[in-house]
Amino acid sequence: MRIDLFIPCFVDQMAPRVGMAVASVLERLGHTCEFRPAQTCCGQPSFNAGYWDEARAVAIRTVGVFAGTEAVVGPSGSCVAMLRVFYPQLLAGTPHETAALDLAARTFEFGEFLVKKLGVTDVGARFPHRVTYHDGCHGLRELRVKEEPRMLLKAVRDLELVECDEPESCCGFGGLFSVKYPMISTAMAEVKGGSLARTDCDYIVSSDPSCQLQLDGWLSRQGKKPRTIHLAEVLAGTDA
Amino acid sequence: MSSTRMGDARETILARVREALRLPAPPPHLQSPALDPAPTGSLPVLPLEAARPWLPDGGDSPEESRRILGENLARLKAELHHVADAAAAAAFLADLARGRNWKRVATHGHPLVATAAATLACDTERVDAGPFDKDALEACDAGVTSCEVLVAQTGSVLVSSATCGGRALSVLPHVHVVVATADQVVPTLGDALHAVRERHAGRLPSMLSFITGPSRTGDIERILVLGAHGPKELIVLLVG
Amino acid sequence: MTPLPTGSATHPGTDIAAPRLAKKKFLHDAAEHVRDTGHRAFVRKALGGYYTTRDAQKARYRDYEQARDAASLAKWSAVNRLDELLPRFAENFTANGGQVHWARDAAEAREIVLGLLRGARAKAVIKSKCMTSEEIHLNQAMEADGYGVVESDLGEFIQQLRGEPPYHFVFPCMHVRRDEISDLFQKHLGSPPTSEPEELTMIARRHMRRLYVEADVGITGANFLVAETGQISITENEGNARLTAGLPRVHIAIAGIEKVVDRLDDLAVLLPMLATAGTGQPLTCYNTLYSGPRRAGECDGPEEMHVVLLDNRRTEILADPEQRDSLHCIRCGACLNVCPIFKNVGGFTYGTTYQGPIGSVITPHLRGLADWNHLSGASSLCGACTDACPVRIDIHHHLLHNRRNAARTAPGRFERLGHRLFVAAASRPWLFAAGGWWFRKSLGLLKALRPPLLKAWLATRDLPPAPPHSFRSQWRRR
Repeated sequence: MRIDLFIPCFVDQMAPRVGMAVASVLERLGHTCEFRPAQTCCGQPSFNAGYWDEARAVAIRTVGVFAGTEAVVGPSGSCVAMLRVFYPQLLAGTPHETAALDLAARTFEFGEFLVKKLGVTDVGARFPHRVTYHDGCHGLRELRVKEEPRMLLKAVRDLELVECDEPESCCGFGGLFSVKYPMISTAMAEVKGGSLARTDCDYIVSSDPSCQLQLDGWLSRQGKKPRTIHLAEVLAGTDA
Repeated sequence: MSSTRMGDARETILARVREALRLPAPPPHLQSPALDPAPTGSLPVLPLEAARPWLPDGGDSPEESRRILGENLARLKAELHHVADAAAAAAFLADLARGRNWKRVATHGHPLVATAAATLACDTERVDAGPFDKDALEACDAGVTSCEVLVAQTGSVLVSSATCGGRALSVLPHVHVVVATADQVVPTLGDALHAVRERHAGRLPSMLSFITGPSRTGDIERILVLGAHGPKELIVLLVG
Repeated sequence: MTPLPTGSATHPGTDIAAPRLAKKKFLHDAAEHVRDTGHRAFVRKALGGYYTTRDAQKARYRDYEQARDAASLAKWSAVNRLDELLPRFAENFTANGGQVHWARDAAEAREIVLGLLRGARAKAVIKSKCMTSEEIHLNQAMEADGYGVVESDLGEFIQQLRGEPPYHFVFPCMHVRRDEISDLFQKHLGSPPTSEPEELTMIARRHMRRLYVEADVGITGANFLVAETGQISITENEGNARLTAGLPRVHIAIAGIEKVVDRLDDLAVLLPMLATAGTGQPLTCYNTLYSGPRRAGECDGPEEMHVVLLDNRRTEILADPEQRDSLHCIRCGACLNVCPIFKNVGGFTYGTTYQGPIGSVITPHLRGLADWNHLSGASSLCGACTDACPVRIDIHHHLLHNRRNAARTAPGRFERLGHRLFVAAASRPWLFAAGGWWFRKSLGLLKALRPPLLKAWLATRDLPPAPPHSFRSQWRRR
């Protein structure tokens, strides 16, 4: 299958390794990855801040960038939710509504794409570590992705998966919320980060680089041990 | 308040409501296809029968309903005792009163209740034999009442002001004893509502109360305590 | 012992004289609250058991998700036919011998209740839990007119003694430790100290018993108004509402107009859903339907029953089709129980009658978007509230809608400019990439300079160094 990578702007600049890992896993499975350099930001920061007119301009543009693709796959539940759930709302009643719905139908979050669309759970990865999984809220509740990443992790050789005691709690990132209400955001990181750290894992696996930024930022400041790693990076790991 | 101002308020509010409803709301977000709003454009109305298979089970046979009722009452920390007939109920109640050293028990003029209370050795107080003294009722150790029906699905006792000794008898004394016959058990809340409407055709009692276990509170540190203001104990005697 | 303190259960935050300060106060109180880690842990622990009991009860449904559909639909079809159902309720309740009063706003509702108290020559008033009375600040008005009033719900009683409003609209004193309650009872009721919740509950029980018997007027809320039969439905656990509506001569119920449901049968779905979502019970202990005053042939019950129907800007929400479903709310409190914001900032920080996610949705409608939009902003939009809602209110998306409405009606000048610049860059891939390059290269310098938003981040969290190359440049060179 020809797969178009949807690389959120934050991944582009701050976590390029995640994008590369996504491509490496998909290519290992025999698929072709494309990257359309015209893509920029999905507009979520403006959308979440209430500036929908501004966000709409970006949405229209992004729908155009991905026109004619077969499948669009991104490594962030949050940004995928923007394309899949919020674009159709944002563009409802405009001439772009049909195109937005069309794009929504072929846009997938990385782990979900592997399991639901490609029907793969074992991608031949090995990762000899004890890990826990952090559900990003947009992936969990907007996209309803919960079991897929766990199915993928359970199929990784030598990997031990443990659950934390706050599996469905938010890490407190929330985009601009994290800097507009930093005290609340940090309190939430304390709860979720504390819970994840208590699992005594080597890595916290996530499907959302923005949650990773928040959790790593807090864990590092606290001097706590585990660090996050993106699901794609875990799945990209092999013996070779 | 003058009646004109009152009338104004009614008219103003209803006018605001009518004005507000001129714009239709989007249909509710439902998951079940069975509940799709009627395509005719009429507003969706849900028959209770449609919801019945989704709610907790109330049993498909009288035996099953009685079993479920028993399980639910146990979970609610209420007592359920099966007795063979009215005489056995009377013997049970007399034993109970002796064992607990009850000084005064309140009752009402229901045939089953009257029989069950007939052999009590302690004082009895009828709430429905002329105006009763609230203080005297408050001082009673227990109140014995009939019920309209028992609801298996939720473990509830449905009492009414018309047939079960009014409003206070089932809630003011420290212990509430319910005397009922086995054929008064209905499977679900819907069946219970149906039964009272049939019985009181067109003129419902001024109070209908579903009593589900003894009075309780969790207001102090969310720790369960029984007997907050109503009875600390709920004892159901099922005859037959 | 001493009569109850009449001071009022008004938190400084609940009725801010200068509402412009609401946001400032919120930020201040939130910052203060999150520093109190002991308190936060206490609240989290108190709500910890909720998930287990709720999930156990949910599992007893044969299909909980479809039961949610049914509950949602019952409320949807009632709220969207309020024009028809509200008069039908009033007509049927009147036919049952009750009296209906209509209140456009809080002042009118207070005036109605005070008028009824005067008419009844009330000496002692007992109340059971009623959030609409908190909304209209009824206790203060009654006390100002010289009526003694006692809250009978244990949690509300404790809050009344403390001179505080409810912390959580279902669990009013969940933030209070048992030793504080013991001290409070010792001071006001003269009871011996104890650390047993059971004994503390019994102290309140013994204190309250006389008051039920002596009160001439009982005031309650209502969870549902049944249009078909003209009954009101009251949900409770303690039995205090049963006693409040059963013993006094006059019963007054105050209810928001959105509480109307169409048919009695709807309650067969709504009552269990309310209990399951709210506390994880199959049904709360007492679910009672009142159709009017004592009937001929009944041995007790009030001589008069009044229902006060309160608008108080609920029709403003009704007029917004997008957020009309927030009137479906049955005040179960589930969205508070699961909300990470509520659990970390506490109930008082909101400064509203209705706390938590649903409060953040409706308060801007009830009290003005300009002053209360910060509540919509104070959310990571995690959506736990929407998942927990038994009537499927789109709670966290409505927070987004409030943000959008606020940006439309009163945009922040610099904020809007910022978003416009960002969008201008995002529309030009070369400019966006250049901006990204500049950001990566200057991140070290920015961290040292700490401009406002970055400063907020760095105060509690680290930021990793930027990688040398972006994804797009790595991809190009592949």
